[in-house]
Amino acid sequence: MPKITFIDLDGQQHVTDVAIGLSVMEGAIANGVPGILAICGGSCACSTCHAYVDDAWAGVVGAPNEIEDATLELANDRKPLSRLTCQIVVTPELDGLVIHVAKND
Amino acid sequence: MKRFIIVGAGQAGLQVAESLRRGGFDGEVLLVGEEASLPYQRPPLSKKYLLGEVEAPRLLFRPADHYAKLGIACHLGVPVAKLDKENRIVYLADGAELCYDRLALTTGARVRELTVPGAGDPRVCYLRGLNDAENLRVRLSQARRVAIIGGGFIGLEVAAIARGLGCEVAVLETQSRVLQRVVAPVVSDFFARIHRERGVNIQLAQQVSAIDATPDALTIITADGSSVVADLIVAGIGVLPNIELARASGLLCDGGIVVDEFARTSDPSIVSAGDCTMHRNLLYPRPHRIESVQNAVDQAKVAAGTLLDHPVAYAQVPWFWSDQYDFKLQMTGISTGYDELVLRGEPEKGAFSVFYYADERLIAADSINRPAEHMVSRKLIATPGGCYPKAQLADTAIDLKTIF
Ligand SMILES: Cc1cc2nc3c(=O)[nH]c(=O)nc-3n(C[C@H](O)[C@H](O)[C@H](O)COP(=O)(O)OP(=O)(O)OC[C@H]3O[C@@H](n4cnc5c(N)ncnc54)[C@H](O)[C@@H]3O)c2cc1C
Ligand code: FES
Repeated sequence: MPKITFIDLDGQQHVTDVAIGLSVMEGAIANGVPGILAICGGSCACSTCHAYVDDAWAGVVGAPNEIEDATLELANDRKPLSRLTCQIVVTPELDGLVIHVAKND
Repeated sequence: MKRFIIVGAGQAGLQVAESLRRGGFDGEVLLVGEEASLPYQRPPLSKKYLLGEVEAPRLLFRPADHYAKLGIACHLGVPVAKLDKENRIVYLADGAELCYDRLALTTGARVRELTVPGAGDPRVCYLRGLNDAENLRVRLSQARRVAIIGGGFIGLEVAAIARGLGCEVAVLETQSRVLQRVVAPVVSDFFARIHRERGVNIQLAQQVSAIDATPDALTIITADGSSVVADLIVAGIGVLPNIELARASGLLCDGGIVVDEFARTSDPSIVSAGDCTMHRNLLYPRPHRIESVQNAVDQAKVAAGTLLDHPVAYAQVPWFWSDQYDFKLQMTGISTGYDELVLRGEPEKGAFSVFYYADERLIAADSINRPAEHMVSRKLIATPGGCYPKAQLADTAIDLKTIF
């Protein structure tokens, strides 16, 4: 299973194994990563699964699609590498991915 | 140590529990739920789950160990049968008694059942909980002809899934248009059209008077004497708030558990949130009841604040979504009482927004495959005194974000 490291708002690292095909958000939830709330359950409607992709991974993860881009407008502190983690599907290429949790409420 | 009990382990109940912990509450938190499952998401039940794209474990909001980590004790599979608010005790149906210091009622809603003759047949199904969805999923895989009673969100979402699974689908709606209660005619017409174009037989102004059940088929008889034959019927004719427990205890109820803008019931130790409440939202002059994820979550946060003696008034703009085929409807605000509509984009092209005005004020917006417009609308409606140039709103050549 690909390893994904989440760095929460307190700077704490959460190294997780997430099955291929799940979303990065589901990986965070299953591993109790604080700060990923995901109240709409991955429907790309709430923006409470907002996080930043680590610089080193920008090219691999790619950019949001139109719906996600619009939904990100609601997120706090949007930055160039902002993503909604429910919209990133885990693939073998994402093994080692580093995600910085954003301030969600 | 203080003990707060939450009755109803759904979206609102879970949110109250988590918000109590986030707010620093260090007493006991007990989440009591009638359903056997840990809290799970309902929206996918009429979408991806029904289609078979996701399985039940993926619907859980949180993994099992999360509750222990946060110190949330779950009592699942047993309903609360009685509430004694004078002595602050809840009685579970299995005889257990639990004392509380403060209580949250997040009992949600249940489906309204069909009462016409023949409606008791097991092939007449409903959709609210995971059990219903499991049953419906199995039956859908065996059915060729599906009749849906009720052209609301649940009915139309199920229609889209059933078509996707290759069933013949009919939708019978009593009103003269689908989604009549919640959207403008232009939006109703749009949804009726996309379903018809995909082969759904949408019948409007049809009152079901009986169901004739034989081993081979179910025949729906309507008031005008016509009939629809099906192997499976799904009724989506609305929900009833679960207020019986509250009412029997003496709490004020009126089409829902009555709460103020701080989610307080008529008892100072009891709050309530979610689908079961008739509530105040400071953005609106009159109380209302709403069935949505947004309301369950935002109102639950308010309820938790009140339980923690940090009251913050509820004043959030409602939002909602519905997925049908490749169309995402996103709604915000409450359109009731609108006196003018502004259309942006062309429904024929499958992507447009409708803005609802009352007294020159923007009060609501529905967007179909226009997520950016939905998001801008959510912000605009939240801004007091929202009076926006309608001609510009209607002009798709102008980027909405640049107008405001
Ligand atoms: C099929 C379906 C699709 C939906 N799609 C969408 C959508 O796309 N977008 C959207 O915004 N909303 C959608 N909704 C609505 C949304 O899911 C609800 O508004 C939300 O779940 C309400 O949360 P709640 O906690 O208030 O109630 P519920 O989720 O109903 O939870 C209440 C819980 O309390 C329990 N309970 C009741 N009485 C007792 C008792 N006496 N003792 C113990 N437990 C009790 C119930 O068993 C239930 O588990 C959908 C709903 C359904 C059913
Ligand atoms: S979970 Fe709601 S947008 Fe990702």
